[in-house]
Amino acid sequence: MSLDKKQVKEIAYLARLSIEDVELEQSTSELNNILSLMDDLNEIDTGDVEPMAHPLHMSQRLRDDEVTEENLAEEFQAIAPKIGKSHFLVPTVIE
Amino acid sequence: MMMHNLSVAALIKGLKNKDFSSVELTQHYLNRINKSKLNAFISVTENLALAQANEADLKIAKGDNTPLTGIPYAHKDIFCTKGVKTSAGSKMLDSFISPYDATLSHKFNSENMVMLGKTNMDEFAMGSSNENSYYGPVKNPWNLKKIPGGSSGGSAAAVASRIAPFATGTDTGGSIRQPASLCGITGLKPTYGRVSRYGMIAYASSLDQAGPMTQTAEDAAIVLNAMAGFDNKDSTSAAKETPDYTNQLTNSLDGLKIGLPKEFFSSGLDEGVEKVVMHAIKEYESMGAKIQEVSLPNSMHAIPTYYIVAPCECSSNLSRFDGVRYGYRCEDPKDLDDLYLRSRSEGFGKEVKRRIMIGAYALSAGYYDAYYLKAQKVRQLISEDFKKAFQSVDVIMGPVAPTPAFDLGSVKDPVSMYLADIYTLSVNLAGLPGMSIPAGFSKELPVGLQLIGNHWSEELLLNTAHQFQLKTDWHTSSPIEL
Repeated sequence: MSLDKKQVKEIAYLARLSIEDVELEQSTSELNNILSLMDDLNEIDTGDVEPMAHPLHMSQRLRDDEVTEENLAEEFQAIAPKIGKSHFLVPTVIE
Repeated sequence: MMMHNLSVAALIKGLKNKDFSSVELTQHYLNRINKSKLNAFISVTENLALAQANEADLKIAKGDNTPLTGIPYAHKDIFCTKGVKTSAGSKMLDSFISPYDATLSHKFNSENMVMLGKTNMDEFAMGSSNENSYYGPVKNPWNLKKIPGGSSGGSAAAVASRIAPFATGTDTGGSIRQPASLCGITGLKPTYGRVSRYGMIAYASSLDQAGPMTQTAEDAAIVLNAMAGFDNKDSTSAAKETPDYTNQLTNSLDGLKIGLPKEFFSSGLDEGVEKVVMHAIKEYESMGAKIQEVSLPNSMHAIPTYYIVAPCECSSNLSRFDGVRYGYRCEDPKDLDDLYLRSRSEGFGKEVKRRIMIGAYALSAGYYDAYYLKAQKVRQLISEDFKKAFQSVDVIMGPVAPTPAFDLGSVKDPVSMYLADIYTLSVNLAGLPGMSIPAGFSKELPVGLQLIGNHWSEELLLNTAHQFQLKTDWHTSSPIEL
């Protein structure tokens, strides 16, 4: 599978990254080189092998539904790029 | 006095015998850090360190201390430290002062250990040479033209050059073991789930694991005692009892079964590295260990498997950096989409963007089965190979990296860089513990021996490494540069 420049731009946008046109050529060839490494996997017979999602095959631990977090709103707002009274500010989304 | 050549074990004795105070020790290391040209630190926390050392001395005077109280250390800049910049080597977090402590930071603070500063690293731990740091590359103290390895390159260089007694590291695909090997120190990646990941900035959550980077295996055991343990705040932390890792160090290795994977000694392995590794194996034989060949046929597929699984997890983990709540935000965004796009494009470096894009592609509709699901199945096969091998051997040994440290700036193409991770990746994919210990030199550069154990066999690995260090002195040699 090989990507063309248009696809690379689309993937970048999916991840909310932008690629300058001057970098596009090189990015496309680098990504294709990396993807060609992956072709190696097609040669392996994985018929009924279970996919491995967790190295210790553990399942998600559950805990009692109780409040464990303290309210750190002030600390968290102190490091935000832009804040309002009790919220984080972003450019207008709805006119 | 040459305090900086002492191991952590010796420093603990020195503090106990009042040969020096924690403040004197801390000042000595801070002086060395100030002279250092390696770029091993992103932040040096001089005032905090001296305050912590002062408090440690008071605790020691009152007898209200643990063995590690007053011992200085360098903390990889991936661990959140309350009130101290935590950058993960990225412009994205250049202004990020963490509002909370990672569990590991909290544990070290509660023992009154002394943080000298935060060490340099590849951005978000993605890299094998430390050249992907926003703060510039770290230099290898054995040869300033060479890379220190990565991603925990700053930690490895700091311990090797004796500007810190020990350092923390994280290992997602070799990021503790490979720089430990290339800088000539001891590094341990514990079993997945052994050390809490809470407050450790995530790269690939099913692979990331923190561990100690030290001069000796004994030190690694002492430090692991302070690091390991169940943490309710980390949902992947293992609810398993933690032994005293120093207990088994002195066991004899007579009859120990060591497996050499034949795939690790095929083409691509540098002759000098192979010679050092084989010489170390001979040393083990002379201690009564039995050497046999094992096979890990699927380990040769570790590179494509890892470079699908890790980028997929990274693309998901790093979606949190959106320029809204913390971290870098672009100037004058014209709308929300522009804010996301430019904050991320300007805040992330090249390799991070590359991995996010591979992950986004491999997880996208229509490609998920071919890439992510396929890689997860091969991951299972890689893990099963180890399971089989550990039915006949106790420890697996081999090289850590195919070559000694290479020149800064010499590997420009990402694929060539990825290929150098061949011997370390499969250990993370299987969630196993692994170590690198100094085993000799090739072309005047250090070479490590890799030790791989079954799940939860850290005690045996540390014992195996310690016995080697009783017979050899590679771990005591240190570079002139700092």
